[in-house]
Amino acid sequence: MSFPWAKPYEPKHPLMKWMDEKLPIPRLVYNATGPGYPVPRNLNYFWNFGVLAGAALMIQIITGIVLAMHYAANTGVAFNSVEHIMRDVNAGWFIRYAHMNGASMFFIVVYLHIFRGLYYGSYKAPREMVWLLGVVIFLLMMATAFMGYVLPWGQMSFWGAQVITGFFSAIPLVGEPVRQWLLGGFVPDNATLNRFFSLHYLLPFVILGVIILHIWALHIPGSNNPTGIEVKDEQDTVPFHPYYTAKDGFGLGVFLLVFVALTFFSPNMLGHADNYIPANSLSTPAHIVPEWYFLPFYAILKAFTFNFLWIDAKLWGVIAMFASIALLFFLPWLDSSPVKSSTYRPLYRIFFWVLVADVLLLGWCGMQPAEQPWVILSQLGAIYYFAHFLVILPIVSRIERPLPMPNSITEAVLAKHAPDAASGPAAA
Amino acid sequence: MASESELNAGIEDGVRRRDFINIAAVSFAGVGAVAVVLPLVNQMNPSADVLALSTTEIDISAIQPGQAIKTSWRKQPVFVRNLVEKEIAEAKAVPLSDLRDPQTIDERTKPGKENWLITLGVCTHLGCVPLGAAEGENKGDFGGYFCPCHGSHYDTAARIRKGPAPTNLVVPPYEFTSDTVVTIG
Repeated sequence: MSFPWAKPYEPKHPLMKWMDEKLPIPRLVYNATGPGYPVPRNLNYFWNFGVLAGAALMIQIITGIVLAMHYAANTGVAFNSVEHIMRDVNAGWFIRYAHMNGASMFFIVVYLHIFRGLYYGSYKAPREMVWLLGVVIFLLMMATAFMGYVLPWGQMSFWGAQVITGFFSAIPLVGEPVRQWLLGGFVPDNATLNRFFSLHYLLPFVILGVIILHIWALHIPGSNNPTGIEVKDEQDTVPFHPYYTAKDGFGLGVFLLVFVALTFFSPNMLGHADNYIPANSLSTPAHIVPEWYFLPFYAILKAFTFNFLWIDAKLWGVIAMFASIALLFFLPWLDSSPVKSSTYRPLYRIFFWVLVADVLLLGWCGMQPAEQPWVILSQLGAIYYFAHFLVILPIVSRIERPLPMPNSITEAVLAKHAPDAASGPAAA
Repeated sequence: MASESELNAGIEDGVRRRDFINIAAVSFAGVGAVAVVLPLVNQMNPSADVLALSTTEIDISAIQPGQAIKTSWRKQPVFVRNLVEKEIAEAKAVPLSDLRDPQTIDERTKPGKENWLITLGVCTHLGCVPLGAAEGENKGDFGGYFCPCHGSHYDTAARIRKGPAPTNLVVPPYEFTSDTVVTIG
């Protein structure tokens, strides 16, 4: 499970020896995040985001458990119980704002983590399983975040629940019964709020479980790195501790600074004022928008305004939105290039940045009302999104001529830091 | 370690008794599991109190021609609209072939009461409440209702004309209990 030169765990203290025989948790930690886990020596700061995502999840779980001590999942009192947390509970405002903004921070770091994986080809063999489990975590996060957003039972909570469960009513024949099954009624109501609270409490622990599998699957081949070249021998690696515990620790400090700045100085920046109005099932807010992290997918949903072939617009929108995420499950096989890192992929790199711009465009369109020119921009953006994965990527990975690559991580690192030796790898 | 002859004891038609026991045990456990899963899935469906079909009585005497009111039935919004002649004429002038969900205005109102258009105020796309029932709200390109969430336009018979919604606004079951009172449900 690790490289042959990994430092073996040798407990010296009798207590640690005794522990190692009974329950070898110190051994597990040593071999997973300690000196016993060799990691490529050239990881850059983009490799911080996995640890940061884990930290964000822990912050969400801790603040969430505390909030659940003061919140009541009943449509009659839910809204007021959130106000009670904000006004009456000691430090309640801080814990709730931390939980609210913690969700955004979780998505920010996960999006950067996905960005890293896409740019450096971390989804490719031998790490396909790591990627697949990552997409599962992403889906679970979206479900959890959505259900959490419903709990304050404000206007956005209610109409978000109405619209998102409405997706399921698009399924032919069984759509409406499925929606009623999910809601426990004809509109979001007490049954809905209760089950969402129950699941919102459960899913983070499911995410934690899948994260353990994600890390387990990662630790079999070990981390990818900015060159995308696999580790060849000991000089390509450094032990995880102290090298990456220090680097991740620094990154964690920066992450926390951004997090507290957001929480203390602009806690409602990423939220919607309408959610401070109690839910009203008879009046939709003039402009309903999901949370920022759903915007690109929401734009794809909104892009379908006309019936096409035998499928109606509503079903197209819902299919396209789910497909845009499900597509990620096939990514390791859509990109057939054996070269992982974009550093050596001149053509892919261009399309990669176009995709990033396209997703940002979709996110921006997702915020806008369902009017021109946003509709046509969403349509073009959605077409490009699918074209990137289904057409451009398979073709590029076949016709692209990669740049000359160094023979090893060490060679790449030395070439970068000693210009005299640079002629070696470039010429070779 | 059982010997070859022991393992093959009781063999008939190539099936060992142990295979039969394995299949029987797993099948039995499977049936049990399904029996337990069914109530666990079914508890998510609307409960008896939610299903208890309520009826709502609406007094329509105060609604002037051209006006509409918003009320609710089963916690869902309901639009009651008193159409003017021009709106009825507009709805009748549309050829059915132009409609995504073809229905005449007569099919969507009661005989002799075709000025009373009663529909759920639930957009058939993703369930927002369309605008157009209250004074001064955007009625969309076809003078009926407009859903601001994803831009569906309904005409004066609340039929879908433009945008992502697949069907017309739903006409709930209702009847006129008198000239001025409607019972929905």
